[in-house]
Amino acid sequence: MKADGDLLVTLALQFAVMSLLALGGANAVVPEMHRFAVESRGWVSEREFADMFAISQAAPGPNVMIVTLIGYHIAGFAGALVTTLAMCGPTAVLAHFVGRVWDRFKDAPWRAAIQAGLVPISVGLVGASAIVLTQAANRSWLAVVLTVATAATAYWTRWNPLWLIAVAGLTGLTGLI
Amino acid sequence: MSETASDTAPAPTGAPVPTHAELFFAFVRITVSGFGGTLPWTRRMFVEQKRWLTAQEFNDVYALCQFLPGPNIVNLTSVFGSRMLGPTGALAAWCGFLLVPFCVMLAASILYDRYGDVEYVRRVLAGMAPAAAGLIIATVGKMAGPMFRSFGPAPFVVLATAVAIGLLRWPLLWVMLVLVPVSIGLAWWTRR
Repeated sequence: MKADGDLLVTLALQFAVMSLLALGGANAVVPEMHRFAVESRGWVSEREFADMFAISQAAPGPNVMIVTLIGYHIAGFAGALVTTLAMCGPTAVLAHFVGRVWDRFKDAPWRAAIQAGLVPISVGLVGASAIVLTQAANRSWLAVVLTVATAATAYWTRWNPLWLIAVAGLTGLTGLI
Repeated sequence: MSETASDTAPAPTGAPVPTHAELFFAFVRITVSGFGGTLPWTRRMFVEQKRWLTAQEFNDVYALCQFLPGPNIVNLTSVFGSRMLGPTGALAAWCGFLLVPFCVMLAASILYDRYGDVEYVRRVLAGMAPAAAGLIIATVGKMAGPMFRSFGPAPFVVLATAVAIGLLRWPLLWVMLVLVPVSIGLAWWTRR
């Protein structure tokens, strides 16, 4: 686990820029993280990426914490700290300032148009994440069945997602997947 | 407290204003119980349990955080903390929200690094990963459902974005530079 300065600067810039493009939240930039860490740099394998996403979903806390796993995997503790702060810090400061003035434009027609225009993009981005993750996680037909079954159960019931992931993990333990 | 809140933005009507500690620990609790994503838990605590926000106010804050780039829910802690108690409130909420998850993920990273290749761990993760993908599919379904039931440009924007990023794997920046103005323009046009 080396953590030289250049690597940390690269990670900080990459994740800070990514956070500024993350319309619709952390799940919206999962494909971009995948492009960066798996496809372009080769720091993380396809399987590891799917694992890390699953861990970030199962662990308590926001899904954005996948960046902590990726950062640690690439550059150890310093990497984890850098990716987490780069992803969560700058936009929170921005949110604080915008949140203060946002209500003043409550009735402005451009505000309504911006909101109405951005919501479908953020939904589309999460849709893209679903595609990328489904491709990364499914290496057997039984895995596809698990994906479909989990999606259907989560869509039509109000069960805690933790149980769905736990059941899937136990299914995996049998060695069938 | 009420002066600080009124300096920034009006507090939700009829809602109790939390202290810094309440805010911090509310977010600690949300992250501890927020398995598989924290948004439902945040909504449950803010709207249904503490009644710090009405459903409409929560949607408004959430819409703002969707408009803003970055992790929605982290931004939401900042906006909400800031509205209740100003910048220090934002910091308290932000810290409360990130403290536990960061420690947990650090531990998870160390464990994954060390035991990720152990046969039984591999099997469990091989089961969890497809399920996690399924959860995101369900989330998309719930988010997109209302859009696809109404007339307007939204469904086309959803599909264009998903195809460009998810299937074609085009760089996010370029796709955003094209789709954001187009989608806002379409929304403006159809509203008039």
